[in-house]
Amino acid sequence: MSDLRTDQPEETGRWQPSGDRDHHRRAGELTAWELLRWTWRQLTSMRTALILLLLLALGAIPGSVIPQSGVDALKTQNWQAAHPHLTPIYERLSLFSVYHSPWFAAIYLLLMVSLVGCIVPRLFVYWRGYRKQPPVAPRNLTRLPDHASYTTTDQPAVVLQRAAHHLSRRNRVATSSSDDGWGSPEEGGWVSAERGQLREAGNLLFHLSVLVVLVGFGIGSLFGYKGGVILVVGNGFSNTLTQYDDFDPGSLFDADKMEPFCFTVHDFKVQWIDSGPRQGLARGFQAPLTYRRSCQGDPSSWSAEQSYDLRVNHPLSIGGTQIFLIGHGYAPVITVRDGQGHKLYDGPTVFLPESSDFESFGVVKAAGLKAGQDIGLEGLFYPTFALVHGQPINVMGDDKNPTLSMLAYVGDLGLNTGVPQSVYAMDKANMRELKRPDGKMFRVDLQPHETVQLPDGAGSVTFHGVKHWTRLQISRTPDVWITLLGVVLALVGLLASLFIRPRRVWVRARRRDGSTLVEVAALDRSGGGDLAPVLSSVVDSLQGEEGTRA
Amino acid sequence: MSTDLGIGTGTWEHLSNQAIAAAGVVYFLALVAHLVEWSALRTVPIRTTARAAVPAPATAGAPPAGGVAHGAPAGPDESTRFRIEMFANLALMLTIIAAAAHLVALVSRAEAAQRVPWGNMYEFTISGSFVVVAGYLVLRKRFGLAWMGPIVTGLVLVLVMVAVLWLYAPVEPLTEALRSPWLVIHVMSAMIATGAFTLGGITSALYLIRARAEKRGRVAERGYVARLPALSTLDRVSYRIHAFAFPVWTFAVLITGPIWAHQAWSSYWNWDPKEVCAFITWVVYAAYLHARATAGWRGRNAAILALVGVATLWFNFIGINYFSTTSQHSYANGAPASSLVAR
Repeated sequence: MSDLRTDQPEETGRWQPSGDRDHHRRAGELTAWELLRWTWRQLTSMRTALILLLLLALGAIPGSVIPQSGVDALKTQNWQAAHPHLTPIYERLSLFSVYHSPWFAAIYLLLMVSLVGCIVPRLFVYWRGYRKQPPVAPRNLTRLPDHASYTTTDQPAVVLQRAAHHLSRRNRVATSSSDDGWGSPEEGGWVSAERGQLREAGNLLFHLSVLVVLVGFGIGSLFGYKGGVILVVGNGFSNTLTQYDDFDPGSLFDADKMEPFCFTVHDFKVQWIDSGPRQGLARGFQAPLTYRRSCQGDPSSWSAEQSYDLRVNHPLSIGGTQIFLIGHGYAPVITVRDGQGHKLYDGPTVFLPESSDFESFGVVKAAGLKAGQDIGLEGLFYPTFALVHGQPINVMGDDKNPTLSMLAYVGDLGLNTGVPQSVYAMDKANMRELKRPDGKMFRVDLQPHETVQLPDGAGSVTFHGVKHWTRLQISRTPDVWITLLGVVLALVGLLASLFIRPRRVWVRARRRDGSTLVEVAALDRSGGGDLAPVLSSVVDSLQGEEGTRA
Repeated sequence: MSTDLGIGTGTWEHLSNQAIAAAGVVYFLALVAHLVEWSALRTVPIRTTARAAVPAPATAGAPPAGGVAHGAPAGPDESTRFRIEMFANLALMLTIIAAAAHLVALVSRAEAAQRVPWGNMYEFTISGSFVVVAGYLVLRKRFGLAWMGPIVTGLVLVLVMVAVLWLYAPVEPLTEALRSPWLVIHVMSAMIATGAFTLGGITSALYLIRARAEKRGRVAERGYVARLPALSTLDRVSYRIHAFAFPVWTFAVLITGPIWAHQAWSSYWNWDPKEVCAFITWVVYAAYLHARATAGWRGRNAAILALVGVATLWFNFIGINYFSTTSQHSYANGAPASSLVAR
C-alpha cells in the first residue's frame, strides 16, 4: 500500500493497460485506480460472493448459541452473571447482539455491494443479449457433444423451413440468409433456435428482490415500533406512549403517527386440560375486547365501538397496527389498610407467573400516610393451593383454590425519592419484616374474602378475589407489503432461475451426393440437462412430417 | 389415552403405533434384501451385468479406463443372476410395502389427533422420513436411483427407530401457538424440503466417496462404489434434487415462517435460534447453488457444501430443540411456562 502512486493524478485518472509509459513502475505495482478496479473486480466476483455467503452463515452461528440480549434479556443477564470472565470479551465482540454488531453488518453490507456490483452489469448484458438474434449455427455441429444426423431426399430449404416452423413454437429462431457465405438456399443453410432466456431474467429478478426485501425490512424496523402492556381484565388502553409497559421504537419512529385507537379487555377465558398428557396446561385462550379506531378529542367524536375476540394466532388489526395476545396471569385484588383503618392500597395487583403451573410472584407497595409507615407485601400466589405433607404446593394453573402467601414489611419504600421503581420488586433497604409478637415468622396467608390483621397494629390486608390479566403485544410494521412483494418476487425469480433451461438447438442441412444431410445439435447452457430426448424430438418432428407428406 | 377424546381416537392411535412398528420391521427386511442383492453383486464384475439387477442411467457404472485387468470374465452363473434379480425386486417390493404401512401410520395418527400428523418431534420425524422414502420411490426410475436403495432403507429405518424409541409422544392437543392453518403449510413445506435435502445429501456424499475412490484409482471392477453412476451423473442428480428443495425451503423458512411468526409471536423475524439456524441452512444451500457456477468450486467443494447444509438442517431440527432453551420452537419439552406462545 505504501508504494501506491497517488502523487501522479494524471495516472490515477485513467487506467493504462501495460504500456511503455509504465516502464518506470516496478513489477506488480498498481496505480490507485488499478487497485480500485482490482478490488472492485474481486469484490464482485462470484468467488467473493460465495465466501461472503459462507461468512454470513458462519457469523450467524454465535447468535444461535449465545443468548442474545435483544431476544431474551433475562437469559442473557443470567448467562453474563454465570460467566464473569467471558462476558467482557464477548461484549467487546458484540456477541450478545450479533445481528446488530458492526462486524455482522460489515459482512452483509459487503455482500450487498458485491450483489449490486454483480447484478447491474449483468442487467445490461442481459438487455443487450435479449435484443440480439440467436447466434449463428456452429460450422461443425458434429463436434458438439450432443448431436444427431440423418440423410433425406428432401431439399435443404424444405427441411430448414420445417425446422424453423417446428422450433419457432417454443424458441426464438434465426435462419441463414444467402449473404452469410452459404450460397443459395438450394445448397444448404442453418436454423438456430434459442430458448430459456428467462432463466437469467429470473436469476436477476431474484437478486434484485433480495434488495427489495432488505429495503422493506429496513423501512419496517426504522419507522415501526413494538410495545407491550399488561392489562388487567376490565381495564382499558389507549394508544399513547405513556400507556406502554415497555416500548421499543425504530430509530425514525414518530410518536405523532401512532394510530389513536383505544380498547378495553372485558374478559379472559381459558380452558384447562383436566386429563391426558398435557394435564394442567391450558388451551383455547380468548380475550374478548371492544375497541374504537379513534379515541381522539372529546368522547362524542370517537369512532364507533367494535368488538373482537382476541386469540393466539388471531391478532387484531387496527389500521396498520396489530394487537397480539401473548400472555396471561393472575391479579389478586388486595386492600391494605393502616392501623387507623385508612385505605392505603386497593385494587388488582399483577403477579408474574414463575412456572407453567402459574405459581406467581408479586409485590404490593402501599404508601403510608406518614413517612416511615409504608406497608409492603411480597410473596406468592397459588391458583390451586394444596398442602402436601405440610408443604405448600400449587396443583395447577386453574384458579380452583386461590391462595395468597406473603411476607409483610413496614418502613420506607422510597416511593417519593423520584427514582423510578419496578412494580414487581420491592426495595427492602429501609423496610422491617413484621414478626409475630413471639418473634416467629409472620405470613399473610389468605383465601378470597379473608382479612388478616398485621402484627404491631400496623394494619390489615384483605384478599377480595382474583382477576385475570393479559399481556398484549402491540406492534406496527409500516409498508410490510414491500417486504412481502420482494419475497414473492424472489421466489418467482428463484423458480425461474432453477427450472428454466436455457437451450440452443441448431439444424444444418446441406445437399450432398443427390441427397440432403441433416445435422442437429443441442447445447444446454445450464449444464444440468439431459439433451438426448430434445435431439430425438427434433429429429422425429423433422422426419415425422416428412413421413406424413410422403 | 384419555377417554374424553372419544373411543375412535384411541383406536386410531393404536393403529398408528402398530403400523409404524410394522413399517420399521419391513424397512429392516428391505434393507436385508438390498444387502443380499449387493453382496451377490459383489461377486459379479460390472461389465457382465451392464443391464442386470441394478438399472442405472446410460452413463452409469462405466468402469474407469485402465481398470483392473481381467481375462474374459465368466458371466455370472444362472443362480447368482437369479438371486440378484430376485432380491432387487424383493427389496423394492418390501420398501413399497413399508412405505405403505408408514403412510397408514401417518394417516391414522392424523385421525387420532384430528389434525396434521406433525405437531411434535415424533410426528415430524416419522413424517419427514416418509418424505425421504416417498421421494426415493418417486424419483427412483426417473433419476435411476436404484443404487440409493440400501442407503435410503437403512436411513429411514434408523429415523423411524429413533422416533419410536426416543421421541415418542402420545397423541395430545397442540400447543396454542401451533393451532393455525400455517401448521399445514409451513411445516409441510419444511418437511418436504428436509426430505429432499436429505436425498440430495446422500447423493452428494456418494459423489464424494466415488470421487475419492476414483482419485486413488481404487474403483474396482466390483463393489458398491464401482456401481454408482458416473460422477457427472451424481452431480447432476444432486443438483436437481437440491434445485427442487431450495425454493421449497425458501418458501418454508423465509415466507411462511415470518408470516406465521408474525401472527403467533407478533414479530416477523425474531432471531430465534431455530430461525437463525434455518437461515444458516438457507445461506449454505444458496452457497451450494453458487458454488456449482463458480470455477474451482464445482463438484467436490459443492458436494461438501451440500453436506454442510444437511448437517445444519438436521442440527436445526434435532439439536436446537434439545440444546437451546431460548428457542420459541422448542415444542419438544412441552408447552413452556406462563406465556401463551412459548416465549
